[in-house]
Amino acid sequence: MATVASPHPPGAFEITLENLFSFPQGRRVLTCLQCGTCTATCPYGVGMQYPPRRIIGMLRTGQLEKVLTSDSLLSCVACYACTAKCPRGIELTTVLLPLLKEQMLLSLPEVPSELQRALENMLRYGNPMGESPRKRAAWAKTSSIPIRILPEDPRTTDVLWFVECYTSYHPRGQDTARATAKIFQALGIDFAILGNEEKCAGECVRLSGEPGLHNTLMEYNMQVFRKYKFNSIVTSCPHAYDAFRYSYRTAGFDYELRLATTFLAQHLEALRPMLRGKAGYTVTYHDSCCMGRHNGFYEEPRTLLQAIPGIKLVEMTHNRVNTICCGGGGGGMWLDTYYKAKGYERLSERRVKEAVATGADVLAVACPYEISRFEDAVKVLGYDKRMIVRDITELLVESMEGEI
Amino acid sequence: MSGNIWVVAALCRGRLLDATYEAVALGRELAENLGTKLEVLLLGHELKDVLGTLGIADAVLCVEHAALADPVPEVHAHVVARLAGTRHPQAILVPQTNVTWELGSLVAGELGVPYVNSCTELRMVEQTLEAHTVLYGGKVEAIVRTKHAPSIFGLVSGVRAVEKGYADHAPATERITEVDVQPTSVQLRRYLEPEAGDIDISKEEVLVGVGRGIETRDNLEVSKELADVLGGAICGSRPVIDQGWLPLSRQVGKSGATVKPKLYIAAGISGAPEHVEGMKGSGLIIAINSDPQAPIFQVAHYGIVAKLLDVLPALTEAIRSRSRRGMKQYA
Amino acid sequence: MKIVVLLKMVPDVVEELEIAPDGKSLDTTYLRMILNDSDNHALEEALLLKERHGGKVCLLAPDAPEVDDALFAALAKGADRAVKIAGIDAAEGTRAVVARIVQALSTADLLPADLILTGAQAIDDLDGLVAPLLAQTLRWSHLSVVNQVRFDASTGVTTVTKEFPGGLRAEFEIKLPAVLGIQSAEKPPRYVPVAKVRAAMKSLQIDSTTVPIAAGMPALEIQSMAKPSAAGHAEMLEGLPEAVAGKLCDVLAAHGLL
Ligand SMILES: Cc1cc2nc3c(=O)[nH]c(=O)nc-3n(C[C@H](O)[C@H](O)[C@H](O)COP(=O)(O)OP(=O)(O)OC[C@H]3O[C@@H](n4cnc5c(N)ncnc54)[C@H](O)[C@@H]3O)c2cc1C
Ligand code: SF4
Ligand code: SF4
Repeated sequence: MATVASPHPPGAFEITLENLFSFPQGRRVLTCLQCGTCTATCPYGVGMQYPPRRIIGMLRTGQLEKVLTSDSLLSCVACYACTAKCPRGIELTTVLLPLLKEQMLLSLPEVPSELQRALENMLRYGNPMGESPRKRAAWAKTSSIPIRILPEDPRTTDVLWFVECYTSYHPRGQDTARATAKIFQALGIDFAILGNEEKCAGECVRLSGEPGLHNTLMEYNMQVFRKYKFNSIVTSCPHAYDAFRYSYRTAGFDYELRLATTFLAQHLEALRPMLRGKAGYTVTYHDSCCMGRHNGFYEEPRTLLQAIPGIKLVEMTHNRVNTICCGGGGGGMWLDTYYKAKGYERLSERRVKEAVATGADVLAVACPYEISRFEDAVKVLGYDKRMIVRDITELLVESMEGEI
Repeated sequence: MSGNIWVVAALCRGRLLDATYEAVALGRELAENLGTKLEVLLLGHELKDVLGTLGIADAVLCVEHAALADPVPEVHAHVVARLAGTRHPQAILVPQTNVTWELGSLVAGELGVPYVNSCTELRMVEQTLEAHTVLYGGKVEAIVRTKHAPSIFGLVSGVRAVEKGYADHAPATERITEVDVQPTSVQLRRYLEPEAGDIDISKEEVLVGVGRGIETRDNLEVSKELADVLGGAICGSRPVIDQGWLPLSRQVGKSGATVKPKLYIAAGISGAPEHVEGMKGSGLIIAINSDPQAPIFQVAHYGIVAKLLDVLPALTEAIRSRSRRGMKQYA
Repeated sequence: MKIVVLLKMVPDVVEELEIAPDGKSLDTTYLRMILNDSDNHALEEALLLKERHGGKVCLLAPDAPEVDDALFAALAKGADRAVKIAGIDAAEGTRAVVARIVQALSTADLLPADLILTGAQAIDDLDGLVAPLLAQTLRWSHLSVVNQVRFDASTGVTTVTKEFPGGLRAEFEIKLPAVLGIQSAEKPPRYVPVAKVRAAMKSLQIDSTTVPIAAGMPALEIQSMAKPSAAGHAEMLEGLPEAVAGKLCDVLAAHGLL
């Protein structure tokens, strides 16, 4: 296949460390100013033995070996901050770092056990928790809305809803799955899910240095997609969205694609009259790195929130492109103890402190990882009486059902 | 058809392991069931110290020889097989401890008789010995029968309460000193005492897990006492580790250790999925939580809605008054 | 050192196990097989020995669903050769399987070897453990529940550590050749990136050997199988602390925990 010029830099799909400089994005590395903006903006830059700026310096002086045999890059949570801030537009998070991380993982004497477990689970069970693949759609039985499962009822559907792991398995994720189903039904959307045939899209495993595992999951999911007839894919997870939008293109993914949040924002005019319950609380919204910084969806979630009658939306100091990572990306979801042992502050806690400082009652999120991370942080920091964490879909349903 | 029931004692450095008493308790039931005698086979060197607690059996066959001093499986197995060849027991029960692990298979192999692994129950049904065994990590129980005498049965630990097989007197003892000792290519060199570093919680059979409900560091003492009387260790949910009340190596869950102890007591742990991921495979889960809605009650086998500072000390006391002194040391 | 590692696939209990209509076996409709955990540790210990002392690690595994995946992963981790024993039925019984392994060791040219490592136990072992039975048949030295194997190249002495209750360990000197049942390796089994496994699949192959079934090796017959009833919610114990403590003690005693 010819190398595809993607609308957005594709990341490390055709580029390798060897041919790095034969690609424009790769050559751009040579223009680095060594200004250190990347390192300064990196949430774990201080802890890295080789932070982004030094890595580029070492790459240019042929000292890459040292970087590849250190564990520095395990501290990268793929937050896209460095990429967003680099004055030279160097694609660190999308192009350079994944290549290096892959090499690092190959030479790491010991992969942290939490990460290893998640990767092995992903390969074997299609989800990082090691849950039974046969229970992936178990939540659907607890939904008050009938959920059509394609393998059982393969008729053409308008929307194929790619639910993803946390939404399928985590109890709080399942709450958002049920909420999403309610909204879809209220909007009269013809939708269906893949049930137990769905497996993790694999974005996080690629960014944690396991592109081979990502490719295995991609090939699998692409095969499943091809079995069914549908008009578009909507996913609840920004990470799956990201994978489909960029890496899956290399495997021929050309379906119409939307993230649940943006999809609902598109249906706002139909949704608005249904939002009857008045919310008497203040909300602050956390921009997910993957959804915001990498894909530019800053306004859609805010538009949805503001459509809820009586809601007051306040912003955290760091918002939109300046958002602070929750710490769960690029494998960070499975490196909690590793980071703790390094003495890092938990990023979800840093973020929750900022959220609490806004005085908001509700921390609204749109990425399935975040509910689990922020609810934990709120509790551990002792803010459980002051703040709750809700997915946007949950807030919408509350208003639709008027029970606020 | 009425050979005796044998229990092979499990000894570690001259001390009987609890699993021996458990096997004796089960062996006693089986002997009653069959109307036959229960004999404990004690293999070792200078054994008199341990006889005084085996009175639940009808007799002890005390096989003493310098070559039996060390736990070299093939030497012990050969002696058991030879004795069985002349005395014709109907069933040989071998507790599956790390010391006696290889024994059952080796004896069965040498005699060419059936062996049943991981038994939890044994009884006579229609002239046949029926064994219940656990398979697939406890997910399935199977029933097998064997007519062959002797048949060998490996017993999982905890088949019966220790106290049911424990007595404060010795039974009749027969000493056997003429034994056929096989040359061996395995030699015990030394024992290595547990290292000073922290324990590995994934290897503990009993864990008392504490969560934020413990409230203060000082309260940890209460759970430690409970763990002590149960011969186990304490571990925690992440917030407890975060506080620095327990070392990182004691964290259970997604980002910590995955544990599968026989008993997991979750005290003041809500049951967040990240915690449950690390302990759901435990054999018996008991949850103590002041909130009746806590999700931990969905994974626990037994639950108590109460303040843990009320229940834990009471439980420790109750266990203490039931168990015998010093016995749990080698649980 | 020449090391043979015996690997065995067992039912994966992450998937709900179902009993077949005959009431004596597992329903295989959704059954998935996974490498037995302690066999994975045996493999790791073998790879560690190879890294320290050189030599070869050969894998021998009864054929089973998904065994190729496990073998390629092991090759990608650094094993040198993989051989499958074709046509073994899980219901044959451990002794028959051991007899086949013994034959396969020679038909596949795996002997002489210094060590045969395998897991101390598999979760589907019903009628015996492979390591002791194999050692007995081969007349090799043997120990099981081993968690460390050390070889001193200067003296040629092999020491093996076994863990006893209470964290006590016993160190044995053992003459080679030996069969060891590994409980856990010195460090957790390593991760192997999928790309490496894929590369192994492309460039390496798995050999296969066929050996006749050993006659006269009786297996235990399973009368019935059942799943212990799974609780959806805890059974709640109520009463004052002392009363609850008493009830709990009964529960613990019934589970053989006191
Ligand atoms: C990426 C990530 C990884 C994580 N990894 C882990 C992990 O490895 N391990 C882990 O444990 N957690 C982990 N967590 C944290 C997890 O989400 C929960 O926050 C944590 O498990 C909660 O611990 P807890 O149950 O002790 O606290 P809480 O959830 O606060 O529960 C305390 C419980 O104690 C009860 N209680 C209070 N007082 C009493 C009393 N006097 N008597 C009895 N009960 C009382 C309360 O009712 C409550 O149910 C992780 C989170 C994330 C986001
Ligand atoms: S921000 Fe960009 S230009 Fe500046 S050091 Fe980093 S990579 Fe180089
Ligand atoms: S993506 Fe984020 S975490 Fe990774 S190096 Fe860049 S700034 Fe640091």
